[in-house]
Amino acid sequence: MRIRPLVLSAVAVAAVALIALFGTAIVRADAQLVGAGSSFDYPFFSRAFYQYSQVHTDVSVDYQSIGSGAGIQQFTAKTVDFGASDVPMNSKELAAANASNGAVVQVPVALGGVVIAYNVPGAPANLHLTPDALVAIFEGKISNWNDKALAALNPGSNLPNLPIVTVHRADGSGTTYIFTDYLSRVSSAWNSSVGTSKTVSWPAAAASLGAKGNEGVAGQVRNNPGAIGYVELAYALENGMTYAAIQNKSGRFVSPTLDSVRAAAAQKPNVNPTDFSIVDQQGASSYPICGYSWVMLWKTQPDAGRGHALVDLFNWVVSSGQTYAKNVHYVPLPSNVQNGARQALATIH
Amino acid sequence: MSQQTVDIATAGLRLTSTRLRRAISPVGDRAFLATVTGAAWLVLLVVAGLFVVLLIASLPAIKTVPISSIVSTAWDPTNGKYGVLSFVFGTLVTSAIALAIAGPIGVACALYLAELASRRLAGPLGMLVELLAAVPSVVYGLWGLFVLAPIMRTMVEPFLNKTLGFLPLFQGPFYGVGMLAGGVLLSIMVLPTVAAISRDVFLAVPNEQREAMLALGATKWEVLAKAVLPYARSGVIGALVLALGRALGEAMAVVMVIGNKPAIAASLFAPGYTMASVLANEFTEATGSQYVAMLIEIGLLLFVVSLVVNVIARTLVWGVASGSRSRAR
Repeated sequence: MRIRPLVLSAVAVAAVALIALFGTAIVRADAQLVGAGSSFDYPFFSRAFYQYSQVHTDVSVDYQSIGSGAGIQQFTAKTVDFGASDVPMNSKELAAANASNGAVVQVPVALGGVVIAYNVPGAPANLHLTPDALVAIFEGKISNWNDKALAALNPGSNLPNLPIVTVHRADGSGTTYIFTDYLSRVSSAWNSSVGTSKTVSWPAAAASLGAKGNEGVAGQVRNNPGAIGYVELAYALENGMTYAAIQNKSGRFVSPTLDSVRAAAAQKPNVNPTDFSIVDQQGASSYPICGYSWVMLWKTQPDAGRGHALVDLFNWVVSSGQTYAKNVHYVPLPSNVQNGARQALATIH
Repeated sequence: MSQQTVDIATAGLRLTSTRLRRAISPVGDRAFLATVTGAAWLVLLVVAGLFVVLLIASLPAIKTVPISSIVSTAWDPTNGKYGVLSFVFGTLVTSAIALAIAGPIGVACALYLAELASRRLAGPLGMLVELLAAVPSVVYGLWGLFVLAPIMRTMVEPFLNKTLGFLPLFQGPFYGVGMLAGGVLLSIMVLPTVAAISRDVFLAVPNEQREAMLALGATKWEVLAKAVLPYARSGVIGALVLALGRALGEAMAVVMVIGNKPAIAASLFAPGYTMASVLANEFTEATGSQYVAMLIEIGLLLFVVSLVVNVIARTLVWGVASGSRSRAR
């Protein structure tokens, strides 16, 4: 019997529709958690969530790296289960979130540093820079690498006659926030004229380029002799970039390493969402430009099952999950910060 | 147009609007007419709807940000400064550079493909040109960042500085990235549009035109310049307008090579910023209703600028086309 083409195509369409509608139910895990936010967290999260799903096969986590601000927005709009941001929510964002679904619990999940990378042919590795020199470079007051101030900080090095080009993040970024937080803290002039934010108006006097993402900044620094820019520690280590040693509050010039970031974090054991800045810490081995990255969760979870899954997930992320941080050049959270995080997670119901 | 032609045209319009509906009886034809009319109206509605939605979403910024703040170059959203002049300047300059480079080269390429290339060569070559249009914008951006920018910085910009350095356009330090790099990258991206459409337009010129010129004793070049190009002028301008439209709105490629500095400078080597780039960079992280509304307002501005440029170009086309046709008579 010859099946009529129309009947055949109708059956095919129906089959496809059925699979599309119900197939996802067959293959979906029992809990599918969705989060969005900071791009800084993405390398760590993608590794950690994968490992978690291997052990807890009933949970799968989907993370969208769309940026800290967008993550907060999506979280407030309840399109995602958790948001991730390099900067905890400010009062306006908290008010909006409270109006949306009540109290928010913010938990530190990752720790990283901001590295000052440069490309100066003939300059030594680990150039010494003081906070004042760094501010002056980004303000445009020091505009050439052979400036006397830089030579004084690096005796014996032959810094060439090369104009300085500063490279900053053109997209809104938590890295910019941490860096400008540090500059604002060490220079009241910077604090009043430029300030601290994920996106700032960089001083016009400096010859400055904006680039998109850590890759963009690194690319510009690599391609322009005389360029200096700021990138995440993880990224700089991964790509073997030349970076500066910054003078910390105790007067020593410290290079950014996992250990020096960890030492800085240890100086401030009690971080919370309202008091979270760890730049410019005391301590001989502290690196001065570091910051935590935070995850936002609703205190009152709308769905009990997903709520349990979320709390379990992040209890794991801040505890055993931190072992995967080192592989991707993130600093594992100090133990007291882990305790604080677990306590905060315990308040979720 | 002669009065006779106008009479026939209006009569035809009247015929189409009322008598057609009565004249068409079969249900299939009526349904087809309805579907096609509906599709046309849908397009109009989408465009109008887009405009309305953009307008509504940018109202918080339109109401709270004063015009004096908008018409300035200071872009500092953290401190409430929303000057968009540098973005408008950057958009217009990069698009102008793109068209200035891609226009002549694209038309020349199309002329070669349509008129002068042997048939064996024209096919594959034409396909290669159209392939350029298929490359995603992001790939262009990455190529621009890692290949074009170093070439600009080490070869092109020093050369321009040495030879044309007396012009303020070509003075100042070179970083590779900047307005010129953005313009050059855009020109590569819009080249296939110009070339492909122009080639089709040239192929559509009736052979009688060429043969008539040849019969009068014209050389190959005179045939092209005096018979083919004038006939195809409106089509070529249409191609350039489409290319301009693409250049105005291009975000992902430009954002990687423009330097992202919201400032207006006289030099083409200086970094700049375009409207599409600032949206690509800052939209995902923008918080605060005024900031987001301001970015949407920039999107609305881009929409309006594209529309205005298109209308100006189309008016030029109509003027040129009807002028050339009346002169041809």
